Amino acid sequence: MNRAAVAIDQLGRTVLEYVEEMGKIALLFLSVLRWMFQPPLKSHLIFKQMEFVGNKSIFVVVLTGAFTGMVMALQGYYGFKMFSAESMVGSVVALGMTRELGPVLTSLMVTARAGSAMAAELGTMRVTEQIDALSVMAANPVKHLIVPRVIAGVLMLPLLTVVSDFMGILGGYFVGVHLLHINSGIFVKNITTIVDLDDLYNGLVKAAVFGLILSLIGCYKGFNTRGGAEGVGKATTEAVVLSSITILISDYFLTAIMF
Amino acid sequence: MIELIDIHKSFKKNKVLNGLNLKIDSGLITVIIGRSGGGKSVLLKHIIGLLKPDRGRVLIDDTDITRLNDRDLNTIRKKFGMLFQEAALFDSMTVKENVAFPLREHAKMSEVEISRVVAEKLKSVGLTGIEDKMPSELSGGMRKRVGLARAIALQPEIVLFDEPTTGLDPVMTEAINQLIVDTQKNLNATCVVISHDLESIFKISHKIAMLYDGDIIEYGTPDEIRASKNPVIEQFLSGSIEGPIKII
Ligand SMILES: Nc1ncnc2c1ncn2[C@@H]1O[C@H](COP(=O)(O)OP(=O)(O)OP(=O)(O)O)[C@@H](O)[C@H]1O
Ligand SMILES: [Mg+2]
Repeated sequence: MNRAAVAIDQLGRTVLEYVEEMGKIALLFLSVLRWMFQPPLKSHLIFKQMEFVGNKSIFVVVLTGAFTGMVMALQGYYGFKMFSAESMVGSVVALGMTRELGPVLTSLMVTARAGSAMAAELGTMRVTEQIDALSVMAANPVKHLIVPRVIAGVLMLPLLTVVSDFMGILGGYFVGVHLLHINSGIFVKNITTIVDLDDLYNGLVKAAVFGLILSLIGCYKGFNTRGGAEGVGKATTEAVVLSSITILISDYFLTAIMF
Repeated sequence: MIELIDIHKSFKKNKVLNGLNLKIDSGLITVIIGRSGGGKSVLLKHIIGLLKPDRGRVLIDDTDITRLNDRDLNTIRKKFGMLFQEAALFDSMTVKENVAFPLREHAKMSEVEISRVVAEKLKSVGLTGIEDKMPSELSGGMRKRVGLARAIALQPEIVLFDEPTTGLDPVMTEAINQLIVDTQKNLNATCVVISHDLESIFKISHKIAMLYDGDIIEYGTPDEIRASKNPVIEQFLSGSIEGPIKII
């Protein structure tokens, strides 16, 4: 009984902390919105972040997208074979990629790569007083550091997701048509009849939201780092965990709303 | 004129400033001395609004900066230049971009002018030809001097120096002392300097303030401080182990 009470107590605390943290992140978001529309726009900082989030993530996104599509084709094939519906494999891969796995996996990969780097970079700037130095020089840290990263996150995630979707379908095609000998015409035709452009669009909306989440949380954790190298490490880990959880949770609700 | 009125500041249970009062005159060099960990850097950060007091007021030319919103605080901050104890250079930018940062933010200058001012400021701290280096490629003393160049780039009215000469060789120390004196003279600036280097302190200061136990316990001209009969000051100036200042 006692142990159960402690466990429930602990769970309650964790949930409360999560909610409180989300509140603070929402406040940061408001401040990002406010500074985003305050000229001058720091376009060189935005491009630098877009390159960092986008360009430098392409390789991992191509790889994860392709292999996800391939494994889906493989799994789908064994499933559909039981009803002799192997030709459905293509549409399952395409639907799964565009609606779900493209945006989610891409966001998780970018969280691990760029979200963590944002937390580490801003965290280091915090503990070495570089953020204070910005304030002292009457340069708003939110405008200089967080706005460009959030813009980059929101813009680049949909683009990366398109790449991931494409690679996934390509991977699925390769496995389905070349390895499992599904007729190529049927494979493609099934995709085009079952998958809507809306599936793609909604997936991209998801990706933009996830891009917002991972950049905002990465920046928030970095910005609020306390205490030396250890603090930076902690901020980085927390950013990745919190972003991943939030992406997966919001994925459910976005799906429920959109589809 | 900078006025600190009844400033209290604690970090958790650690009471750092305890009802501190200090008036810093305009157009003078005021040096703040005090033991390591005594709260000098914390005091300096209150003057520029990086830290807010738990209680008390900070007046810059009669404006209480503890109550200002971001925009008004930024207007006031444009009067300031600050050298951080650990320099706080932006490590993603070259030396040139660091020094140019306040110029790009607040002065409408052409690229040519910016390059000229940056080179001139770097020269004044004894550095040439390092514009394209990254801060991580510099020694500690060089970083500090770049920080100094950045702090004075916009010719501020008020300059805060947190240990400008710590870690520099004797010749460079003298050069930086001269730079602070010149900055004050040429810009008629108000300089607030934190320093542990007694020789420099007596050479450059117009006023000295001793921070002890969370308050300013003595404030006066170098001669007044030298003549002080306060046992804390006597011990601090003589560097003796015996006295009211306890090592542990
Ligand atoms: N951001 C902070 N969070 C928590 N404690 C702090 C913070 N900044 C300073 N302190 C504490 O305040 C006290 C005074 O620190 P401060 O840096 O002002 O000392 P100092 O007089 O500048 O020392 P030194 O001459 O060694 O630089 C120390 O006990 C320090 O631990
Ligand atoms: Mg200090």
